[in-house]
Amino acid sequence: MLDVSVSYNRYKFLGQEFLTWLWFMVEKDPQQLSETVPKLETLQIGNRIKLENSRNRMMETITIKGDEAGLEEGILALQKGAVVTELNLVCNINNYTWQFTIKGESLHIANLKTPATGPLEEKTDVEGKILEKTYLYGEAIQLIDNLFENFLKTRLSSDWKQSVIPRIRGWIYA
Amino acid sequence: MGILSSSSSITRYLVKGKPDIPAYEFVEKALKANSIPEIDESVSGKVIGWTSFETPYRADFSGSSFSYGSFFVFSLRMDKKVLSPKIVQKYIAIETEKRLKSTGREFLSADEKKMIKDHVVNLLNLRIPATPNIYDLIWDHDKETLWFFTTLKSANEELETLFFKSFKLSLIRLFPYTMADLASDLSGSHKDELARLSPISFYNNG
Repeated sequence: MLDVSVSYNRYKFLGQEFLTWLWFMVEKDPQQLSETVPKLETLQIGNRIKLENSRNRMMETITIKGDEAGLEEGILALQKGAVVTELNLVCNINNYTWQFTIKGESLHIANLKTPATGPLEEKTDVEGKILEKTYLYGEAIQLIDNLFENFLKTRLSSDWKQSVIPRIRGWIYA
Repeated sequence: MGILSSSSSITRYLVKGKPDIPAYEFVEKALKANSIPEIDESVSGKVIGWTSFETPYRADFSGSSFSYGSFFVFSLRMDKKVLSPKIVQKYIAIETEKRLKSTGREFLSADEKKMIKDHVVNLLNLRIPATPNIYDLIWDHDKETLWFFTTLKSANEELETLFFKSFKLSLIRLFPYTMADLASDLSGSHKDELARLSPISFYNNG
């Protein structure tokens, strides 16, 4: 295995490509995501997208946030060569909603909101509450793992260059 | 931003190996040996150790206080005394003046200045309480995974160090490469392809 700090920096791009692909899939092929990711009912872009453009040796950061924000500026940034570095997602599994942000370079999960759990009324409830929250965190983590594995298999296949990149470019420049 | 918060941030790890058998006793012993000491009445400026999830201000690992179902749940606590540089500067000036007066000299040597600074910092550290920062974790020892409830770089580095010191088990942080190489169900040929992978651009002229 490669050294940790070397591999972290060398493969940052993989997480950023993952998020760009995921945005494309959510917009253009949600059916395929639902079919390949167990239990997933719907997946939508949430209230925050961050992009970075380092073309022409200039670092430009574009952040789009807000529940009703339009994503046109994000597409425009992609047209100029930006990549997605953070993506907020809203997903439904078994009629319950999770919302979280994935950071591309680290795959950290930030601002993870699980479905609401009941209030903690008794000290003896702590164990039940922890186990319930652990289960709910696990559902979101499993979903991210499935999405990333799905992406990896596509990314490492011959399809990636032959059909996926042209489709993503078609979406960006439509 | 802990386990029971309405909004959490998580850094994920693989744990390289399982705790010694019997796991519960092994973990309890290691937690007790590396629990956080109190530094409010000492000159220490910073201390790091384990504390219990339910009583984070009193590190108590007795009974079943860190075992929930098949998970170990406890917290990393980092206590730090934060001294205002202006206060330090003020007391250094007072001590320097006293010293010059008592010796009848006009200047102090570099060693004397350093001694005065250390003395002032120790004195102030004795007077102020440490600010605690608490970060929860969930360790699934069957699946050899750990979720750490912060994405702060400094806290993650302290976790990796203290975890190895306490349990003699390494933590491998999960990020795109380690997720692909160690945590995904990729075939050998896919892993070979991964090693050769380079970025592509979606930019039309890329």
